[in-house]
Amino acid sequence: MTKSGWFWIAVGCIYFFVPLAATAEFSLKDGDSYSFAAYREIFDDPQFRDTFFLSLKLAIATIIVALLLFIPTVYWVHLRLPHFRPLVQFLCALPFVVPPIVLIVGILYVYNYQWVPAKYLGSPYYLVPGYVVLGFPFMFFALDNAFRAIDVHTLTEASQSLGAGWTRTLLRVILPNILTGALAGAFLTFALVMGEFTMASLALFNTFPTYINYIGQTKANPAAALTIISFGITWLALLGILFIGRRPGRTVVQVGGAR
Amino acid sequence: MAYLELEKLHKEFGDFTAIEEIDIALVAGEFLSLLGPSGCGKTTALRIVAGFERPTSGRVVVEGKDLTNVSPNHRDMGMVFQAYSLFPNMTAADNVEFGLRVRRQSSVERRRRVDELLELVGLTAAAKRYPHQLSGGMQQRVALARALAIEPRVLLLDEPLSALDAKVRVQLREEIRRLQTQLGITTLYVTHDQEEALSVSDRVAVLSHGRIEQIGSPAEIYNAPGTPFVAEFIGTMNRLEATVVESGQVQVGQTVLPVTDARDLPQGERVLVLVRPEILELQRADGAPSSGLVGEVVAHIFLGAITRVKVDAGDHELSADLPGHHAAALPVGSRVAARFPPDGGRVLALSVEAQASAEQAPAGP
Repeated sequence: MTKSGWFWIAVGCIYFFVPLAATAEFSLKDGDSYSFAAYREIFDDPQFRDTFFLSLKLAIATIIVALLLFIPTVYWVHLRLPHFRPLVQFLCALPFVVPPIVLIVGILYVYNYQWVPAKYLGSPYYLVPGYVVLGFPFMFFALDNAFRAIDVHTLTEASQSLGAGWTRTLLRVILPNILTGALAGAFLTFALVMGEFTMASLALFNTFPTYINYIGQTKANPAAALTIISFGITWLALLGILFIGRRPGRTVVQVGGAR
Repeated sequence: MAYLELEKLHKEFGDFTAIEEIDIALVAGEFLSLLGPSGCGKTTALRIVAGFERPTSGRVVVEGKDLTNVSPNHRDMGMVFQAYSLFPNMTAADNVEFGLRVRRQSSVERRRRVDELLELVGLTAAAKRYPHQLSGGMQQRVALARALAIEPRVLLLDEPLSALDAKVRVQLREEIRRLQTQLGITTLYVTHDQEEALSVSDRVAVLSHGRIEQIGSPAEIYNAPGTPFVAEFIGTMNRLEATVVESGQVQVGQTVLPVTDARDLPQGERVLVLVRPEILELQRADGAPSSGLVGEVVAHIFLGAITRVKVDAGDHELSADLPGHHAAALPVGSRVAARFPPDGGRVLALSVEAQASAEQAPAGP
C-alpha cells in the first residue's frame, strides 16, 4: 500500500478509536482513581435487566417473524416472479427513506381501529410489526444475496423430481443453502432492535435504547459504561456475521450491495 | 407396446410457440435422443415429460397412464440436469440418499442402495465428499446415481454432458449408455451434439422449430437423412443442386452423374444430391477430359486421421475427407475431378420450402 493509503487508514483509526477510548476511560473513572463502579451500578440496576431482556425478547420475536415472512417470499420471487424482484427490492428499501417516526405514527393510527385486541395494545410486542418493517432492507438484501448465490431453479426441480414436495424442498434443500444469509439478516435485525429508540419512545415502552437515553441524561459515568456495553453487543453481532460467513464449505455471505 | 408416449404435444409461451407438435412413442428399455439446435423445443419437451411444464395441449402417457396433470414429485422420473443440480449442503452419499428418504425406506435399505449406486458409477471413494469437492464429471456421476437410486420409471437427461470437457464427455456418455443397457431403463436424452446422440441412442428424433424432422436409428439418420435440414444438421454434407436428365442420371452444371437414388424420378425434376465427404473421391485432372465434377483444391483442413480437402468446383464448394497421404498428393491449387459411386449420393426433391429451411439450418462441424 502507498504512503498516503496508510495515512488515511491511520486517520480513520483515530476517528474511530479515540472517542471509544475516551468513553471507556471515562466509564472507568471513579473520582480520582479508576474502578468498575459505574459498570457495577448499571448491572445492579433492575431497570437495566428489565429493559435489556425486553429488547432481547423483542429482537428474537422480530427475527422469527421476519424470517417466516421473508424466506418463502424471497424464494418465491426468485423461483417464479423474477420480474417482480426490482419492485420488492424497492419496497424493502423504503424504510431507509421513510423515517421511523413516520412509521410509528402510522402504526399507532392503525392500532386505533376497533379490531385490534386491547390485550395486544398493552403488550410491548406491539412494537414487533414496526421493527419487522424497519428490518426489511437488512433481511431482504441478506436473503436476496444468499438466494442469488445458489441455483434456485435447478435445486428445486432436482428435489421435486426425486419426489419431494414443497415443504421438504424448502426445509431440506433450500434453507440449509441460504442459512448463512438468513443468519446474517438475523444478526443485523438483532442489532437494529437492540438500538431502536424512536418507535419505542413514542409508543411509551421502556426498552434498552430508551434506558440508555434515560441514563445518558441522568448519570455521567454509568452512561459511558452503558455505551461501552451496548457497543460490545453490536460488536458481537457483527462478529457473528463474520464468523458464519467464513465457515468452510459454505458460501460466503456479503451483506448488502451487488455481488 | 409403447411404454412412454408423448402424444401430440403442443406448447406455447405467450406468443411464442416452443413446440408445434411432437408425437413420440418409446418402447420399454429404449434410449431415445431428442436432437436439435437451440430453440428447437427439445428441452421444453423433456420438461413437459418431467412435469416442470404443462403442455398447451397433448398428453404424456407412461404405461398407459396419463401423467399430464400429475405434479413432478409424483411422477417417479429420474432427472439429470445440465449442471449444479447436486444439493451443495449434502455429501455425495446424502445426495443419492435424498430420494430414498422421501420414499421413507429403512436406513439399512437406504445405505445398501446408496453403496450399490455409488459403486455402479465408480464413486465409492467419494461418498463423503461435498459437491464442491468433486470435479464436474464426478458431480454428474453422482447426479446420475441420485436419479437412478429411486428406480425411476423413466430416466430423463437434459444435456448432462454439455458443461464437461471433451474427454470426460465421451467417457461419461459411454458409461451412461452402459448403465442404461444394464438396468434396461427407458431413457429420454436431450442434446444439441449430434455425435453424442448418434453414438449412444437406439433411436434419434431430430427436431427443428418445434417439429420432428426425422426419427430413426442413428444409421438411418446419418445415411438416409429424410429432409435437407437433417442432412445439413447431421455431420457434413456436400449439397449439389441438380436436374434429373433421365432415370438414374442427374446433371450438375455441365456434368452428368449417375445416382441410383434418382431412379424413377421424372425427367426435368429439380433435386438436391447429398454426398458425405467420406464418400467423395478426388483424382488429379490435368488436361485430360475426365468424368466427375472438376475444380481446384483451395484448402486442406487437418482432422487427425483424415484431411478434409476443400474443392472449388464453380457453383459448388465440395469437401472430401481423404487419408493424409492421399490428400498430400493433391496440394492446394491442383486441378481435381470429384466423383462418388452411384449409390453414395442421396437425392431429395428440391421444393422451394425445403430450400428455404435448408438455408436456415446451421452448418455442421
